[in-house]
Amino acid sequence: MSAIVLRHGLIVARAGSRLGDVLIRDGVIEQVADQVEAPPGAQEVDAEGCWIGPGLVDLHTHLREPGREQAEDIESGARAGAIGGYTALVAMPNTEPALDNVALVAYVLERGSRTPLDVAVAGAITRGREGQFLAPMAEMAALGVRLFTDDGLGVQDPLVMRRALEYAKPLGVTLAQHCEDEKLANGGSMNEGAVSGRLGLIGRPAVAEEVMVMRDLELVRLTGARMHFLHLSTARSVAMVVAARRMGLPVTCEVTPHHITLDEVSCSNFDPRFKVHPPLRVLSDVAALRQGLRDGTIDAVATDHAPHAPELKDLPFDEAPAGMLGLEHAAALAYEALGSEECSPITFFDVLSRNPARIAQLRQGDRRFGMSGQGGDVVEGESANVVVFDPDSRWRVDRTALQSRSINTPYHGRELLGRVRSTIAKGRLVVDESVLV
Amino acid sequence: MIDSIRGCSLLTLNDMSCAAITEVLDTAESFVEVNRRAIKKVPALKGRVVASLFFEESTRTRLSFEAAAKRLSADVLSLAVASSSMKKGESLRDTIATIEALGIDAVVMRHKSSGAAAQVEGFVPNVRVINAGDGQHQHPTQGLLDAFTVRQVLAERLGVIGSETGSSLFEGLNVLIVGDIRHSRVARSDVAAYVALGASVRVAAPGTLLPVDIDAWPVSVVEDFDEAIEWADVVGLLRLQHERGTGSFVPSLGEFTFTHGLTWERARRLKSGALIMHPGPMNRGVEVDSRVADLDAAIINRQVENGVPIRMAVLYLCIVGAAKGEVQ
Repeated sequence: MSAIVLRHGLIVARAGSRLGDVLIRDGVIEQVADQVEAPPGAQEVDAEGCWIGPGLVDLHTHLREPGREQAEDIESGARAGAIGGYTALVAMPNTEPALDNVALVAYVLERGSRTPLDVAVAGAITRGREGQFLAPMAEMAALGVRLFTDDGLGVQDPLVMRRALEYAKPLGVTLAQHCEDEKLANGGSMNEGAVSGRLGLIGRPAVAEEVMVMRDLELVRLTGARMHFLHLSTARSVAMVVAARRMGLPVTCEVTPHHITLDEVSCSNFDPRFKVHPPLRVLSDVAALRQGLRDGTIDAVATDHAPHAPELKDLPFDEAPAGMLGLEHAAALAYEALGSEECSPITFFDVLSRNPARIAQLRQGDRRFGMSGQGGDVVEGESANVVVFDPDSRWRVDRTALQSRSINTPYHGRELLGRVRSTIAKGRLVVDESVLV
Repeated sequence: MIDSIRGCSLLTLNDMSCAAITEVLDTAESFVEVNRRAIKKVPALKGRVVASLFFEESTRTRLSFEAAAKRLSADVLSLAVASSSMKKGESLRDTIATIEALGIDAVVMRHKSSGAAAQVEGFVPNVRVINAGDGQHQHPTQGLLDAFTVRQVLAERLGVIGSETGSSLFEGLNVLIVGDIRHSRVARSDVAAYVALGASVRVAAPGTLLPVDIDAWPVSVVEDFDEAIEWADVVGLLRLQHERGTGSFVPSLGEFTFTHGLTWERARRLKSGALIMHPGPMNRGVEVDSRVADLDAAIINRQVENGVPIRMAVLYLCIVGAAKGEVQ
């Protein structure tokens, strides 16, 4: 592995950012200085005008393998992640079959270890994600699984959720919930409100999400177990989680790039590429999520990267599957939501790297599957997971030029500000000049 | 605002101007006469091909559109969905592409999913798409024929022809739409048409059958149906749609009739000359008492009859895009 030198970037660190160079060798950040001397044969990356920070960590990636490899597989998902600046992904368990046992978890970890990135696994809370019987969480935890979720669906039965929290607590793992009460969501396909009524589409009301957030906060209070709230989409949901945390409950939350950049009006043309669960909400929710991100009350931006084969997104809106791509554009969208030119680089890396790494317990790494430490500052001795982000680069989303196997991005044609220039994963330069090396 | 549907697809009546709607009604007026001839045919769409794609069951709308197309001398390709490759897993996009490859000018389509017609228009931009009902979204030709029927009847009373009145008969007209507004594509199209033409519209429904966005509609909500009966010049009833799972929205059909059915007692309190309408098929004894449905004030058969000239007008305007006056 040849050495890498990053030249003249803003090296972002909590203790104080500085302009300078970074030398990476043998998977480690070897030197951070005003100017470093490049060893013979080193790859040089021009980071002029760019931010150099820890590689991004996605808490919420649907890699679709096993079972739906026509939409995405671990290898293509890792490529999409690398282009997006990610050095670690947490693979969601709603595959076919679901990741609810050690054999399947080991399979994904092993396949992930062949990619340049760290691929961690979130295991299912219940067997088959059917919401009835607990999955073998202790066995999966022994294999390194630190997050459990039935994502795609929330655990609907409150008694099952209580048992899951009680069982998870001594294992030191975190349960992550997709909060939507499916009874109240009523089979709906977009946000319930002015647009759904006009379009004659059944709505998934905000209250379907908020009722489950409220229920689960009370269950956390009861059990004391740790809980992470996936893709919160309403102002009320965030306010409840924030209030609970102020009272000392061990809860964290994330928002997606789409919930902070799009609203329900996007669905007006019945384009299923805008269909997602929870649905795109109203502008006041978008504003509240942005505010929460800026002031640090929302912990993380997580993509909910959800590839779907193109023929499925050509179905009528109510029949098409929910979900959209996320990995390749998340950094620019988060930058936009954080205020573009006003975006603080510290906050940017907090929500995209440090906090997600902490929530997924990826700071330490795990030798068994070649996982390195994620989410640390760019300082000497840290694992070399680094991203170079150019906040001034303007570019246009082109769905024909994606690394993902799928094209279901809602941003096709949109101009973005801010682009990942380079990604260094485990000491290897995997993306340079915004293309895969 | 859309000021004419000439040469366009017809997906929704939302955003349609008074002029656009009046143009369709006036064009339909000229086709009424054709339907009264012994030989009910004009060569207006000779050599044109219209595909009729009904992905959801329908009898009257489908027959009405096909009759309209044939009276304009168009060739009609009719896809019977039950026996088509849609049942074999072919996507909507591929089905439409196949039909388009046969060389068609327009597609008339009905689908159980809201927005399906809009999606199809995106798949085949060179073909005019005429929405014959999409889910709970819109049923534009029903809205047009309802407005046409009201204007026709009111004009007859004055001894004039509807097209001589433009939209003037709708000024100050009180329209009360009653029943399952929430699930009704007819209500959405009716409201758009009546409001664009200048009528005043109120709606009455059980709380569970009002749309969630009713505050944004250009109508006022009547909490008690009984209090609005005397106000109405036109009562538009809607089918209570058991097949869409309406069952869990009201305790029983009997209770619906009790609160929102047009019973004999309620009908007796209507203004003299008030009109009773229903898009069919009726649930006699539920939305409307059977005797009320057979009163002269109930112009339900006129609605059915007018389906053909309205659809002739829509096909003609959408496909040929000709200006008024060129019809004959």
